[in-house]
Amino acid sequence: MSRSLVSITDFSKEEYLNIIEIAKEFELQPVQDVLKGKVIATLFFEPSTRTRLSFESAVYRSGGNVIGFSDSSTSSSTKGETLNDTILTVSNYCDLIVMRHPIEGAAKFASEIASVPIINAGDGSNQHPSQTLLDMYSILKTQGTLDNLAIVFVGDMKYGRTVHSLVMAMSHFLPRFFFVSPVELKLPDEYKLYLDNHNIPYIETTDFGMAIREADIVYMTRVQRERFSDPIEYEKTKNAYILKYSMLSGTKSNMKIMHPLPRVNEISRCVDKSDKAYYFEQTKNGVFVRQAIISNLLGLK
Amino acid sequence: MSFKDEKTLKVSAIKNGTVIDHIPSNCLFKVISLLRLDKVENPITFGSNLDSGKLGSKAIIKITDVFFEDSDINKIALIAPQVKLSIIKDYNVVEKKVVKVPDEVVGLAKCFNPHCISNHEDITTRFHVLTDNGDIELKCKYCEKITDQERMVLL
Repeated sequence: MSRSLVSITDFSKEEYLNIIEIAKEFELQPVQDVLKGKVIATLFFEPSTRTRLSFESAVYRSGGNVIGFSDSSTSSSTKGETLNDTILTVSNYCDLIVMRHPIEGAAKFASEIASVPIINAGDGSNQHPSQTLLDMYSILKTQGTLDNLAIVFVGDMKYGRTVHSLVMAMSHFLPRFFFVSPVELKLPDEYKLYLDNHNIPYIETTDFGMAIREADIVYMTRVQRERFSDPIEYEKTKNAYILKYSMLSGTKSNMKIMHPLPRVNEISRCVDKSDKAYYFEQTKNGVFVRQAIISNLLGLK
Repeated sequence: MSFKDEKTLKVSAIKNGTVIDHIPSNCLFKVISLLRLDKVENPITFGSNLDSGKLGSKAIIKITDVFFEDSDINKIALIAPQVKLSIIKDYNVVEKKVVKVPDEVVGLAKCFNPHCISNHEDITTRFHVLTDNGDIELKCKYCEKITDQERMVLL
């Protein structure tokens, strides 16, 4: 069976570091022909423009070609075709499949039946491992190390899959975590149990101002209105988790602000001009990391 | 055979086969369906709501001439980890077995997550078994969500 990347826990610490090393090579020389003659399918059963464009850019810059669809309304699943049949068919058209699907576990299932590697580009609220790897690459690039960092996550700790995956992956590198969130959106117990079992220190707080001064990395996420059972609670707390320019004073000089994007209003626009704002650079790193993942899974790097 | 244990007389003794004892009464029918005893044609007797010091109320199943694989027995751990099995040969207990919690559960339970692919495509469910303070929890290999005892539905 071919090697796939479905869940961040599929990779060991050494494999994360290997992907990061390959991504560095691509950053030095982004345009390569390592994927020459290869066809990569991007199957987006649920639209995600940013992720799809990032993967497609990674393929084209590596010399490969892309087939696929960007929305299930233009695929045969609207005619009632099962995922099983779509994957078995598309496997015959390409060398690797990148897929996003609204149903959790869809990519895992696809990886069991496909004859080509699968990259999970998001399965419902479950996993999005290429995001985690590009986050790690961005952390390494800005801090010079992955070890012993203070990482402050802000916003939705409950439903934010990027937070969950990054917490799991960074746990290999002796971090200190701060989870800044409204009480309704606290980190689920299963992740706290994982951290306790691995002796990783963490603090849960509603005090953004305190946590930000400790941070090497501030990882912002969106707090969505629909996550609150009580709309009054949302109105009361929504402004407590917005990063404003004035909050940057007194923060560490090496501190960088990351965000998986899209941003709505949780980072005020005037923060963009600060050299601590890193979220757009982060998207650029995403292309190098995806070039690395694809070429690694195909055994070309 | 010994007649000192009066409780065993409530369900008649078997010559050869398997006795499954210490089943919580409310789990009897689940154990029957889990072991697919409804498809077995050998003689089966069972009793339920019997007095038990340990459980308060227990059930017992005796199946003539049927001996289970360990992998089948371990399925019972999902619903009644405290059951005890006795292998009977010529009216004597020749072996006693306890159930062991399996590492993996395949095709036995349903993932509770309505957004899990295993509830949308024709897929055999697969779980890693976790134990949380003695309770068994199932971590879905597809959606990675955890189904606890309370939400566990057997297929």
